[in-house]
Amino acid sequence: MSERVSEPVSEPVSEGRRGGVRHVEHVMGTVFSFDIRDPATPAIGRALKEAVAWLHHVDEVFSPYRPDSAISRLGRGELSVERCGPEVAEVLGLCEAAERATDGWFSHTAGGRLDPSGMVKGWAVERASAILYGAGAHNTCVNGGGDIQLRGEAAPGVPWRVGIAHPLLPGALCAVVTGRDLAVATSGTAERGPHVLDPHTGEPATALASLTLTGPGLTWTDALATAAFAMGPAARAWTEALESHQAMGVTATGDLWQTPGF
Amino acid sequence: MRKAALTTVSTVAGVVLLLSLKPHTDTPTTAPPAVAAQPPSPSSAPSSSPSSSPSSSPSSSGAAAAPSPSTSHTTSAGPTGTYTGDTINTRYGPVQLAVTLSKGKITAVKALQTPSGDGRSQQIASYAVPQLTNETLQAQNAQIDTVSGATYTSDGYVQSLQSALDQAGV
Repeated sequence: MSERVSEPVSEPVSEGRRGGVRHVEHVMGTVFSFDIRDPATPAIGRALKEAVAWLHHVDEVFSPYRPDSAISRLGRGELSVERCGPEVAEVLGLCEAAERATDGWFSHTAGGRLDPSGMVKGWAVERASAILYGAGAHNTCVNGGGDIQLRGEAAPGVPWRVGIAHPLLPGALCAVVTGRDLAVATSGTAERGPHVLDPHTGEPATALASLTLTGPGLTWTDALATAAFAMGPAARAWTEALESHQAMGVTATGDLWQTPGF
Repeated sequence: MRKAALTTVSTVAGVVLLLSLKPHTDTPTTAPPAVAAQPPSPSSAPSSSPSSSPSSSPSSSGAAAAPSPSTSHTTSAGPTGTYTGDTINTRYGPVQLAVTLSKGKITAVKALQTPSGDGRSQQIASYAVPQLTNETLQAQNAQIDTVSGATYTSDGYVQSLQSALDQAGV
């Protein structure tokens, strides 16, 4: 969610060099990049507009930085969850499930404030990806500020290739992940400093510079990445036990590790 | 989930666009920043226009240039100068950025080369990256479609590799 309420900035939809569609959207205080490799069709064009509108809708409902958002009003006790609508109930339900699945390392109330942002972006991206898929865009990359939902492949027979930003060397990569139908989420301090709170201490987690998790869907992958990042030194053993996800960590001192499945 | 293959490339490999030069950065000892130095240029006004001219003169023998900002005014507050990043081979073609720093803060990012670029590639190619990086990059064939990293702000996006890839793709 946004650090501040930003003006929606929409850049024109453009046709990619390979006949697909690309679009960049500033929303939620970050930037969403759409890369559709399927040939442009009117249905895909409409779906892209719908997906963009969806992201702005999510920002309006869930931003903790907007005083009038449903989440802000819920946090102040001005609205009940029921009055917030089914999306809020869905996200808060996911948050609670993640909290249980991670022994409290994922928390939407860390710091004593209702803030489901750790769940919302991945969930919103996965939904945006699904909107495109429903319109026939089966080979897409939706990147929400560095967290990615991939569908299909980059080209027939060619998997997607995702560079993992090196958290300590701005502009450099530390790895490349290759795959199809894949979600890739990275939590780290490189862009906004230590901002993921250890729910158990309320202090920012600083043992890791970044933690990258891959999995099938970004909603869960993103939430688990945030939790694992907060775990710090315990993240390695914890992610090794995850069956459907692989992880790579870079410690604050620059050491790199990865789960054996990678 | 289908199997994801992870290929580790060396720290400076791939896509070394920029900077690594922020004073607060805890730079690992594995490699120096893979940027080639150019003299600071007053012509490098803030611009990301792919069509703007590179601010430096061509060099035919820069392949061994030191990655340190040797021609820049390095102060305790951070380096000043224009830094040319490595060329990124996107699936749409090569992309290269130049970043202008003032006391360690980014004041301009300029696209020196985009896939629609016009013959500047030869000039650009003369700017050096450490050979090891090049070999690693070639060995891994590190063409990428997108970048995962810590969530950038809307402002931070401007300096991001994802921004370069988005520009390359449209």
